[in-house]
Amino acid sequence: MRLFVRHRSEYSFSQPQARLVQLLRLTPRDHAGQSVVSWWIDVDRDARLKPMRDGYGNQATMLYIDGPIDRITLDVTGEVLTEDRAGMVIGAPEPLPPSYFLQDTPLTKADAAIQAIATADTDGGSGLDRAHLLADTIAEALDHQPTAIAADHDAIACFAAKAADPQGAAHVLIAAARAAGFPARYVAGHVYRPEAIDSHAAHGWAELFIEGYGWIGFDPSEGRCPTDNYIRVAIGLDHREAAPLSGLRTGGGDEALTIDVHVGPEPARD
Amino acid sequence: MTPPAFDEIFGTSGSTPRDEFAALGAWLDETPGEELDRRQKAAEAAFRQLGITFAVYGDEDSAERIIPFDIVPRIFTHREWTKLSEGLVQRTEAINAFLRDVYGERKIIADGVVPEALVLGNPQFRGMLDGQKPPHGVFAHICGIDLVRTGPDDFFVLEDNARTPSGVSYMLENREAMLRLCPEIFHRFSVCPVDRYPDALRETLRSVAPRGGSEPVCVVLTPGHFNSAFYEHSFLADTMGIELVEPADLEVDDDIVWMRTIDGRVRVDVIYRRIDDDYIDPLVFKADSMLGVPGLIAAYLAGNVALVNAPGTGIADDKAIYSYMPEIVKYYSGQDAKLPNVETYRCREASALQYTLDNLEKLVVKLVDGSGGYGMLVGPTAAKAQIEEFRAALIAEPHRYIAQPTLALSTVPTLTEQGVAPRHVDFRPFVLTGSKGVHIVPGGLTRVALKEGSLVVNSSQGGGTKDSLILSNVPGQWQSQGFGGQMQGQG
Repeated sequence: MRLFVRHRSEYSFSQPQARLVQLLRLTPRDHAGQSVVSWWIDVDRDARLKPMRDGYGNQATMLYIDGPIDRITLDVTGEVLTEDRAGMVIGAPEPLPPSYFLQDTPLTKADAAIQAIATADTDGGSGLDRAHLLADTIAEALDHQPTAIAADHDAIACFAAKAADPQGAAHVLIAAARAAGFPARYVAGHVYRPEAIDSHAAHGWAELFIEGYGWIGFDPSEGRCPTDNYIRVAIGLDHREAAPLSGLRTGGGDEALTIDVHVGPEPARD
Repeated sequence: MTPPAFDEIFGTSGSTPRDEFAALGAWLDETPGEELDRRQKAAEAAFRQLGITFAVYGDEDSAERIIPFDIVPRIFTHREWTKLSEGLVQRTEAINAFLRDVYGERKIIADGVVPEALVLGNPQFRGMLDGQKPPHGVFAHICGIDLVRTGPDDFFVLEDNARTPSGVSYMLENREAMLRLCPEIFHRFSVCPVDRYPDALRETLRSVAPRGGSEPVCVVLTPGHFNSAFYEHSFLADTMGIELVEPADLEVDDDIVWMRTIDGRVRVDVIYRRIDDDYIDPLVFKADSMLGVPGLIAAYLAGNVALVNAPGTGIADDKAIYSYMPEIVKYYSGQDAKLPNVETYRCREASALQYTLDNLEKLVVKLVDGSGGYGMLVGPTAAKAQIEEFRAALIAEPHRYIAQPTLALSTVPTLTEQGVAPRHVDFRPFVLTGSKGVHIVPGGLTRVALKEGSLVVNSSQGGGTKDSLILSNVPGQWQSQGFGGQMQGQG
């Protein structure tokens, strides 16, 4: 499928900022089933952009802007060709072995409730069957919402509330999968939903490492494995490590951030 | 029970000093106790005035305490030091080779020497920096390797401190105090000077500057004056003649680090950072932290600045990795470790856990990720309740603990309220690694457990410090005296 993406972030500040430094993880890389045709990062003012590759193989960009800054718009536009690989991740850069992704983080800890679900079905057949069962169980256990119900999409809080945004649902699955012995990681990316081509958040899901198959994506918020509707952008132990934008500004006051994401078979208009 | 401890001055005889140290025995005999006490108080008053204080974590009214200073020096012969330093060089080279490997090809894991899970599953391993190549290939520029001794030739490594080891200011200030208060000791012994340390450290920093050129800009980065080691940060910047900066004094632009000064921005090449990994760059590590310099890791990964020590070195001094150090040293050097480890039981292994649980009253049990003597059980001196507390903790989370036999740590004569008496000590020399190799200034920090019979030397647990004299094999050596600028001749 040919997918067009536009990820627009608009910041406005209640008072002018002296400087802005941001780490952007907004650029997808090629792998089997995902071929980036074109990709641009545009800033509506003088800015210095520097590419950076992190230890996970993510393509990141450093953004430096001098003030005074009262508002900025950051546009990421691109075109990607995708194929349905039933969620299997093949040919992606994998600097780290799967066992690295067995460790938990503050956002992906498993409490007794998550552990119970992780170990509920131990005689459920192959690793692949168990992973699917786990993902389905978590997808069904949660009430899926477009925006976060817990600060930082914390797995334990989301599972206790039985409600989560995509990031939170991915964290619950990651926590449960690691408790069940699967290496698991967070994936930040985009999804094409014909019913919601325009939305206000980037997407996120989980990948589990299954012996004999490799890394396989599971999207608990959509209750399925990624298809050719999905674009993988960045990975990490949790959402925080793969976050599209992390930044620090110099200057007081408040900020307002609006994000508009377009993912569809046609480019965004306007 | 543990056998009687080896005394470094008196051996096991108890009364006659070892031949090399007869002069110290004589000095102790000649100098009245009140005089020793007077000098010790004078030294402590000077330290208080200088502001060499530290804060005890978890202690309410801890703000301004000095670490007690003991006036009786500890002495190593030149032969002892030569042997020790060979072991330290070998160990430090292995630490750097290990770090290059685990952030690179990971051959040591592929060859089955160290378990993969222990490295990659360790929070001290920074996956986000996998593949990092620090300038000139040096990761751990400054290691403070803690040693203990049990006999004339029996030294063991207790800990490899490869992150931001502190304490070197005590090595320098203690010597300064001894030269001033007990000059006669330096007439009786020919002692290697330690006051070259700031020069050696500055040379180490300059040697790892990523850009060529003769005048790299090096700075000391401190979290600020509220940090317990702030005195040392400012002392080192001062004695090296380089700037002391806080995170807000630095900014990263275009992947280059700049220091803000009243004369404008100055490009920075090398940062001796005394801030933990978690707090150096809020864009990469603790996102909720307001500390640190945003973009610093990007500048580092771009090869535009050297971080001393490199981020992620904690994987090399982790207590779980420690137990593999003899194998790690052998793997990279091709030789047996010249400095052995203390025997260590990894409680993550079932048989080691069982042994530990069966022998708690004889063992020292430590948290794998603890430091400063916190989360530690010293079996022989612990109360029953504390032993049971650790038993429960060990059963609940065995992977978090290691256990070691209680060593009969060597003792050194120390001034106590009852006169000069033996007290247990350890030793932390500071090993510098630059682009041209390893350099050790002959000296170190001796920590002494001031409580009778105590084996815990940590300053946070009632330990003190002593000067550590390394005897020179060059008679008539000149001993320069740091601050006064006077020179003293010997021989």
